[in-house]
Amino acid sequence: MEFLSDIASLINSTLRISTPLVFAAMAGIFAERSGVIDFSLEGKMLMAAFVAAVGSYFLGNPWLGLLLAIIACVSLSMLHGFASVTYKGDQVVSCVAINILIIGLTTALAAAWFGQAGLTPTLNEDQRFLEVNLPFAESLKDVPIVGTIYSDILSGHYIFVYLAYLSVPLVFWVVFKTSFGLRLRAVGENPSAVDTAGINVFAMRYKALAINGVLIAFAGAHLSTAVNANFFREMSAGRGYLALAAMIFGKWHPKTALIACLLFGFTDALQIRLQGVELPAIGEIPVQLIQAIPYVLTVVLLAGFVGKAIAPNAIGQPYIKER
Amino acid sequence: MVSPILELTNINKSFGHVHANKNINLKINKGTIHGIIGENGAGKSTLMSIVFGLYQANSGTIKVNGKEINLKSPKDSITNGIGMVHQHFMLVENFTVLENIILGFEGELVFGKNLEKAKKDLKNLCDTYKLNIDLNSTISDLSVGFRQRVEILKSLYRGAEILILDEPTGVLTPQEVDELFKILRSLKDEGKTIVLITHKLIEIMDLTSEVSVMRQGEMVGHTKTANTNKEQLAEMMVGRSVLLRLDKSQLKAGEVLFKVKNLTVKDDLDVTRVKNVDLEIRAGEILGLAGVTGNGQTELLEALSGIRKVESGEIYLEGKKVSDSQNFLDPRELKDKGLAHVPEDRQRMGLVTDFKAYENLIFGYHDQQPFSKSSVLNHSDIISHSKKIMEEYDVRPQSPNLITSNFSGGNQQKIILSRELNENPKVLLVGQPTRGVDIGAIEFIHQRLIDMRDRGAAILLVSVELDEVLSLSDRIVVMFDGKIVGEKDNKNVTDRELGLLMAGVV
Repeated sequence: MEFLSDIASLINSTLRISTPLVFAAMAGIFAERSGVIDFSLEGKMLMAAFVAAVGSYFLGNPWLGLLLAIIACVSLSMLHGFASVTYKGDQVVSCVAINILIIGLTTALAAAWFGQAGLTPTLNEDQRFLEVNLPFAESLKDVPIVGTIYSDILSGHYIFVYLAYLSVPLVFWVVFKTSFGLRLRAVGENPSAVDTAGINVFAMRYKALAINGVLIAFAGAHLSTAVNANFFREMSAGRGYLALAAMIFGKWHPKTALIACLLFGFTDALQIRLQGVELPAIGEIPVQLIQAIPYVLTVVLLAGFVGKAIAPNAIGQPYIKER
Repeated sequence: MVSPILELTNINKSFGHVHANKNINLKINKGTIHGIIGENGAGKSTLMSIVFGLYQANSGTIKVNGKEINLKSPKDSITNGIGMVHQHFMLVENFTVLENIILGFEGELVFGKNLEKAKKDLKNLCDTYKLNIDLNSTISDLSVGFRQRVEILKSLYRGAEILILDEPTGVLTPQEVDELFKILRSLKDEGKTIVLITHKLIEIMDLTSEVSVMRQGEMVGHTKTANTNKEQLAEMMVGRSVLLRLDKSQLKAGEVLFKVKNLTVKDDLDVTRVKNVDLEIRAGEILGLAGVTGNGQTELLEALSGIRKVESGEIYLEGKKVSDSQNFLDPRELKDKGLAHVPEDRQRMGLVTDFKAYENLIFGYHDQQPFSKSSVLNHSDIISHSKKIMEEYDVRPQSPNLITSNFSGGNQQKIILSRELNENPKVLLVGQPTRGVDIGAIEFIHQRLIDMRDRGAAILLVSVELDEVLSLSDRIVVMFDGKIVGEKDNKNVTDRELGLLMAGVV
């Protein structure tokens, strides 16, 4: 029985930990499928976390914080588009600039407004998102199996967790079942084909980046107004890069990217669970070793263990119409 | 008098300092196949890109069916019934045929009813014009000929009444060209208007009823095809009279310089592509290797030049064994022994197209005097050498500092040829020397090859252009399915005989 609840809690934390990765990976899919590299997921996630926390603190409503975070992230995506789509700059350089800018900006603004470098005030219950208990979770709790799955694994998450997993089929549907998705995929593969079909290549890339901004904002808000009750310095902690890795590992496809995110989330959940646990025959594993698991896995996966990942053909190349 | 379906008046277009189109006037009549001929870089493609709305003219007017139209993007031209099949296909390779065709014309936000209708309409179009395309196949699985058909189908589906084809035969095999011409004729019979951009005179004579000639950005003449001939058109294109037949001196063949014995070669997929081939080339002789693309010529040429491993058999240079399955000389060592190679695919293997002309002009010889001294490049010597050689080989423009990709196909080929011929090789391997090259440059390249022969080099000419093989070679061998299926003396052979050998019939 204890083993079962162990498993349940492990799955439960996997779902929670994977949430920002899923949002970020879905955001990345939109940008990169349109042919624009997005290393700036990390910076945008951090920006969203900061803006959501600050917005919610001043306005007293986490939803308004989220809205501001969306506006901030879409603006950053537009900035990236302005530099790399309109002005045909190097996309990686533009992303790195955004990432560095945000690390400094969030720290500096927090210091200026709250007197603490890179820390915002703790949010009270009205200012943050709370865990959502699904209907009948309490009454079903004691039913074997079903109860464990429903009450212990599925119920009791933050709203973002549910939204993240709902976003995956939605992204799949948009990318593969709509005309917008067809154009999106085409513009990342062969922009000339899109142009000669009478579609504006630049407008398509800006649209993709706007969606990218909205999705990544959810990841940041999840960090600072749901799982945590404030923003702290560099709280995105590389999740943007991890999500990018998951997206590549998932071959720019929402379903496989989701699996990759869950895998990363699971190793993270596992390392937290394993800390301080005495394993039979081995004894206690040093905590540093355990904490390294997700990163080692990332390296192994990306080093070609999963076969060749084929990127959209035109990724990273600005579209130049006339010679 | 028929009214023109498309009328261009005083079209001008510049790219920076280059005046690509100067005061172009053109009338195209409904239901005709109208040829636009001109050398590479004459401005044909630019003009048609303007008509398709891809580029915007600096000045001038465009009328469709007598009505002036304003073309801001391809969308405008498509709605006016203009379709274009580009030289480089505008297809998304990992999409299906269907996806490529409906792109931009989905007619619905979420795929459903219209998609089913599109499938039905496309099947009807395929049947009408006998296009024989499977809508569900992925583009990357299709041959070049079929990709081109997809482009045609795409234009028709988008409602094209005027179909512009930019150099459509450049990448096709002779059979595919025949198929294409059949399709174009049936389109004409259905009342469509076709604009054919080409630099191949034979296609103009074969297919068109009217022809317009462009030279250096200007329209230099219009005529009914029936009232002209190849020589006259060639002269208009080049601006001077062109020798369409070559003068060649009597063969003075010397000793055997290059010999291939029982050679077998496999490709990257481990398929045997060259099967027990024997060849001998003498000094002062051009051996032509004819054959339809994909019968092992590419692999043979790669093996002979040291790029590909020999499976079995031997290669001899001046009587000395240079390669067999155990030991083989790499291209570098072969080059040092006097073998030069002009590869089939010049942009992939012959040049680094992003580099400047002078860099490409010395590649392979860059570490030799006077180009470099103690591993440091001698810039001024390289530039003066480049200027000299570019003048000698008539590379235009004569700017060593220009990026190679900005040269036309013919001039790129001249860059490779000048680099390889300048070292006076004993053996020269040439693949498709005039593919995508304009007529003025073809004449020049052919003359240079003859000069090499007369100076005593042994030349292997691999070409899919039968005319070229016939006019240059002293002896001709035909390759089919990896084997040499026939050898003919050039004096008494007809193209019909060769054609049968190439098709593997005999």
